[in-house]
Amino acid sequence: MTKHITAQPSAKADHASPVTPNPWSRLKHYTDARIGLGRAGHSLPTEAHLTFQLDHARARDAVHQPLDIEALSTLINERQHRAIPLHSAARDRAEYLKRPDLGRRLSDEAIQHLDQYRDTHREDCDIALIIADGLSARAIHDNIAPMLDTLLPRISEQGWKLGPITVVEQGRVAIGDPIGEKLKARMSIIMIGERPGLSSPDSLGIYFTWAPHSGRRDSERNCISNIRPAGQSYAAATDLLIYLMLEAERRQLSGVQLKDDSIVDSQLGDGRQGNLLLPH
Amino acid sequence: MERIIDMGGQRYRYRNLGALMAQATPLRSGDELAGVAAQNAEARAIAQWALADVPLADFLNEALIPYEDDEVTRLIMDRHDRNAFAPVAHMTVGDFRNWLLSHQADTATLQALAPGLTPEMVAAVSKIMRLQDLILVASKCEVVTRFRNTIGLKGHLSTRLQPNHPTDNPTGIAASILDGLMYGNGDAVIGINPATDNTSAVTTLLKMLDEVIQHYEIPTQSCILTHVTTAIEAIQRGAPTDLVFQSIAGTQAANEGFGINLALLKEGHDAAQSLQRGTVGQNVMYFETGQGSALSANGHHGIDQQTLEARAYAVAREFSPLLVNTVVGFIGPEYLFDGKQIIRAGLEDHFCGKLLGVPMGCDICYTNHAEADQDDMDMLLTLLGTAGCNFIMGIPGSDDIMLNYQTTSFHDALYVRDVLQRSPAPEFQQWLEAMSIMDPQQRLLVGQQLPAAFQQALSP
Repeated sequence: MTKHITAQPSAKADHASPVTPNPWSRLKHYTDARIGLGRAGHSLPTEAHLTFQLDHARARDAVHQPLDIEALSTLINERQHRAIPLHSAARDRAEYLKRPDLGRRLSDEAIQHLDQYRDTHREDCDIALIIADGLSARAIHDNIAPMLDTLLPRISEQGWKLGPITVVEQGRVAIGDPIGEKLKARMSIIMIGERPGLSSPDSLGIYFTWAPHSGRRDSERNCISNIRPAGQSYAAATDLLIYLMLEAERRQLSGVQLKDDSIVDSQLGDGRQGNLLLPH
Repeated sequence: MERIIDMGGQRYRYRNLGALMAQATPLRSGDELAGVAAQNAEARAIAQWALADVPLADFLNEALIPYEDDEVTRLIMDRHDRNAFAPVAHMTVGDFRNWLLSHQADTATLQALAPGLTPEMVAAVSKIMRLQDLILVASKCEVVTRFRNTIGLKGHLSTRLQPNHPTDNPTGIAASILDGLMYGNGDAVIGINPATDNTSAVTTLLKMLDEVIQHYEIPTQSCILTHVTTAIEAIQRGAPTDLVFQSIAGTQAANEGFGINLALLKEGHDAAQSLQRGTVGQNVMYFETGQGSALSANGHHGIDQQTLEARAYAVAREFSPLLVNTVVGFIGPEYLFDGKQIIRAGLEDHFCGKLLGVPMGCDICYTNHAEADQDDMDMLLTLLGTAGCNFIMGIPGSDDIMLNYQTTSFHDALYVRDVLQRSPAPEFQQWLEAMSIMDPQQRLLVGQQLPAAFQQALSP
């Protein structure tokens, strides 16, 4: 027997329903927060509970999904760039999760691989671009093509010379440092899967470092976060990154001292605008 | 001082008290990462025997981190109250466990003892306790604090309403506040993690929360969880600041990593107190802590993360805080690997804080790369409720869309209040009844209609 299940456990709350809906659920329009879920007694209604479980399952899968190196290499080659696949010193995901230090270092094979590349390619570059799985390979799979298509033309526009694009499995942010150092790059850009949120398993982060070398501190990088279709746009992220790179070139540094402190008081209001809890 | 124990024909040596403490600690990934954990399960169990034999007084004579090197050690030693310590001064760690579990150690006795205990003593005894011991002893403690309401009374459980939004959008924040209030949450504090540390943006949020609290006359307090220096600057600019927030750790080096020291915390404390905004008390600090923060900041001195966490409570205690929150599962699996480690850590932190006289709450939480799920959080929530935890977090649907982790929901707070017969802070409970949000039996009243005072929120 086949029964078609509709994915709507408690489609509509009616008179007989034990679920008390919340009259303010239309405020969901203003936030992604899980407000107005209603209640069964004092507890989560079935629909909200199962939605959470599904979202958590997706976020978990995003953490454990392997990076598709082959597809990424093809995608990079199609854009007329060389792809170099690398691996961090963390052998697998279990080790990666327990040993952040290993995810910041290259494996011995990866070091050899980069040395061999340098033997035949002596020329230095302006930018080392690194793609790493981080905590969400899905963020890379979903976002990398449109992200590259927005960014790469802007890089050539500036006349910057882009080195080979490295693709790193089990990588953390700081792995961009030894890679940038080996490639003799003036700056490094690492695109990495961020820690997946329940509502954002696909969030891409970009970290920018001036003069990358092993031992750089996190305070010497700039971060652009939450890049995904429902978050920060590829265009906005690209604008900010190019701004940071130009500033870094001018001041010969990156990190907290480049902080974008562009918020001015006049943009902020007095705390009343938009506050629907106060008389309007 | 080196310590030696002979067990089963074998001799085990410990370089010093810190090494013994680390080896006796129940297994967690952060101690393995730091390279201080016991080699195997047997070595851990034997270290617990050795630790049980250590006199409590030894902790006053052998600093785990040298007095000369660390201002947190100096604070612990200089503030130690020998008279309060007298009743347990002759005990070993093992005796101390027995005494804590005995009927002799009642609420008043434990309150009087608190200034006589150091973080290292309570961390040591926690390492030889099971979860039920941690719960039983903590449930006998009572640490009460006050600002616009009274938090920590026995039989009560408060919540921080956490209306975070990734861009600090005021409408989005207001929508989450409404959601939380309608679910009876927010008596510990309405506290926002802002998207930026910018002083002007922080000031705007402070004004927003102040107006909401004033308009509805809510007996609660607000806090923007920004760096203490930003809070001091906001106060100087006249921002309506109830509580000053800061993340703290158990070593001077780790605190330097946070950009703070004891003098700066005192400055923040004094600035908030000068405003005299509390109505029933003036506990003005809100601290957050978490096992692993010292290692993460490269300031751990070879000491295990649970002992260092307890030392952070000595820092907190110095400033009579309203709230101290161990954000137990936030830091990630490299410090607390799975649900089992998170649950134990949460109960240890709560126990250690309470014994030291600190108003402990817990952010019962996990990240998506930890081996944990909602079932684990239900266990920790129920156990901490049983242990008498002062407060927990409350967030819409457990999902923090700003910090990307899961903590307890508004619904979770109602569950644990119902099943364990706990009430919100008394002043807040009265307000909930006056606003027709809850009935005197603590059942939610809000149905198809918002209570009258809140209907404007939905008017166009």
